[in-house]
Amino acid sequence: MAAFACLLAAAPLALSNDYYINILILCCFNALIVMGLNLLMGYAGQVSLGHAAFFGLAAYTTAVLTATAGLPVWVGVPAGIAVSALVAWLIAVPTLKLQGNYLAMATLGFGIIVSIVFNEAVNITGGPSGFVGIPRLKLLGYTFSSDTAYYYLTAGVLWLATLVSRRIIDSRTGRALRAIHVSEQAAQAMGVDIARHKRFVFVLSAVYAGVAGTLYAHHLTFVAPSSFGFNFSVQLITMVVLGGMASLWGAVAGAFFLTSLPEFLRVFEEMDILIYGAMLVACMMFMPSGLAGGLGKLFAVLKAKLKPEPKPEPKPEPKADSRG
Amino acid sequence: MLFGAPQYLVSGLTVGATYGLTALGFTMIYNTTGIINFAQGEFVMLGGMLSVVLLKAGLPLPLAILAAVLCSALAGCLMERAVIRPVGRSAPVNLVIITIGVSILVRGVVMLVWGKDTFALPAFTGAKPLRILEASVQPQSLWVLAITLLVLGALKLFFSRTIHGKAMLACACERKAAALMGISVERMAMFSFGMSGFLGAVGGAILTPITLTSYDVGVMLGLKGFAACILGGLGNPFGAAAGGLILGVLESFGAGFISSAYKDAFAFIVLLLLLFVKPTGLFGGPKSDRV
Repeated sequence: MAAFACLLAAAPLALSNDYYINILILCCFNALIVMGLNLLMGYAGQVSLGHAAFFGLAAYTTAVLTATAGLPVWVGVPAGIAVSALVAWLIAVPTLKLQGNYLAMATLGFGIIVSIVFNEAVNITGGPSGFVGIPRLKLLGYTFSSDTAYYYLTAGVLWLATLVSRRIIDSRTGRALRAIHVSEQAAQAMGVDIARHKRFVFVLSAVYAGVAGTLYAHHLTFVAPSSFGFNFSVQLITMVVLGGMASLWGAVAGAFFLTSLPEFLRVFEEMDILIYGAMLVACMMFMPSGLAGGLGKLFAVLKAKLKPEPKPEPKPEPKADSRG
Repeated sequence: MLFGAPQYLVSGLTVGATYGLTALGFTMIYNTTGIINFAQGEFVMLGGMLSVVLLKAGLPLPLAILAAVLCSALAGCLMERAVIRPVGRSAPVNLVIITIGVSILVRGVVMLVWGKDTFALPAFTGAKPLRILEASVQPQSLWVLAITLLVLGALKLFFSRTIHGKAMLACACERKAAALMGISVERMAMFSFGMSGFLGAVGGAILTPITLTSYDVGVMLGLKGFAACILGGLGNPFGAAAGGLILGVLESFGAGFISSAYKDAFAFIVLLLLLFVKPTGLFGGPKSDRV
């Protein structure tokens, strides 16, 4: 955890350019959502193809409250997160009875409906051209006007979220979630309240997305429906899977990698989409357990190569918590 | 109140037929491999786009469509052989991500080669609308419905009369047993990808004269196809076709009677409500056969 904090803190020092800091901030937003989604997908085994909707709901809520209604940001942000959580709770009740592809379809449908509403409710959301004039984040009289300041705020939130996730994963609840993933019947037989746990993790993941959404809205000061559509939901899932299911660091790595990748691919102009697709396919084909698993394996191989004589004391793996 | 209903019904059935064909493609692949193929919509797009491109290259329309459909079928086979088979039995989510990657790739290639423009295909037999029961029906709608029915009929025969069809059914029922009986499950998987490429492309080619096409139409068509599949009960081909038609009609009625702005939402709202009431889809029972 400390190493992660150092890494996050040191990242902007290595970058001189505001543009790169902006990318880092975007990475943090996505990492937040992906971390929540990973709790839901990787640990509890429930697929959601509509998580962009929770991100968007929070972003639009705080946008409308602060820009249209003129409320202060410290009202808008919690309200945005609360709306995400509430909506998640409402749809969790019927949705989580479904399984596998049916669950995927239901969350997908929900996501699409929400993004259509963003597009069509023009007098509230500004429609397809977007919502402008969201105030910058201001807390206790301090306005986060510089990108670096905002980065530290987001990175701090991400670090905190990681801490919370770890506590949850290592707790009784986390074990219950993993049990549900393996077999719902078995978990139930062991006395796990399946419905309650699934609902909890669904709402929690929506809260993560909501936090990211409000931060996103106040960072860009502009939101448009295209950021919250089906494509983004798919990207999120891809980040979870590419990073490595049921691995906290994998989720963060997946999010950072896939968020910054298109920026590096800008050099290739229109080829970027091709390369993105090809990399996705290649990663999945050759690194099926994601970056976390792939790099872990790579480290193991390198270690074995560098130290042919076996050491008696097993070193603590940095990714020892990847299985929880 | 019901003014315009026949009109909406016809246009709904027309679009629904394409959803149905897409959904059939999903079902084919799901039944033999257990994968939800997110590149299914791209097959539909390929059918439309390739027809347009080949027509422009000088081929007569029927030949252009035939060639486009065959190319898409080939693309399906290629996809299975190149990226699905090597991965073998990895987690379903990984396979789904691979299909998403393929869909991005295909979309990217089409965009790079033919650009982001919207293309049209001429109607098969003129554009002069016919009047049937107070509805003005484009001849192309009749083509769409007729071809869809024809394809459905052919599929029915294929599954019940041919050795290949029966072999595919066997894979769907119990893969291991099918393999033990000497059926090459791998070849059937490739075949199912080819067939779903074929079905999707047929849908794309016959709908393009009505709705136009561009490199990115596959996303929404794929989603609607998936929805139709779930609506009909995943794994049931005729449920999938029916699901497509129902979805198209619902959408058309919603757009006509309530609001066209929320056209795409109606289908999904109805689908969600249905799933909450009957989580296995309209025609899928928990114990029903998967084909």
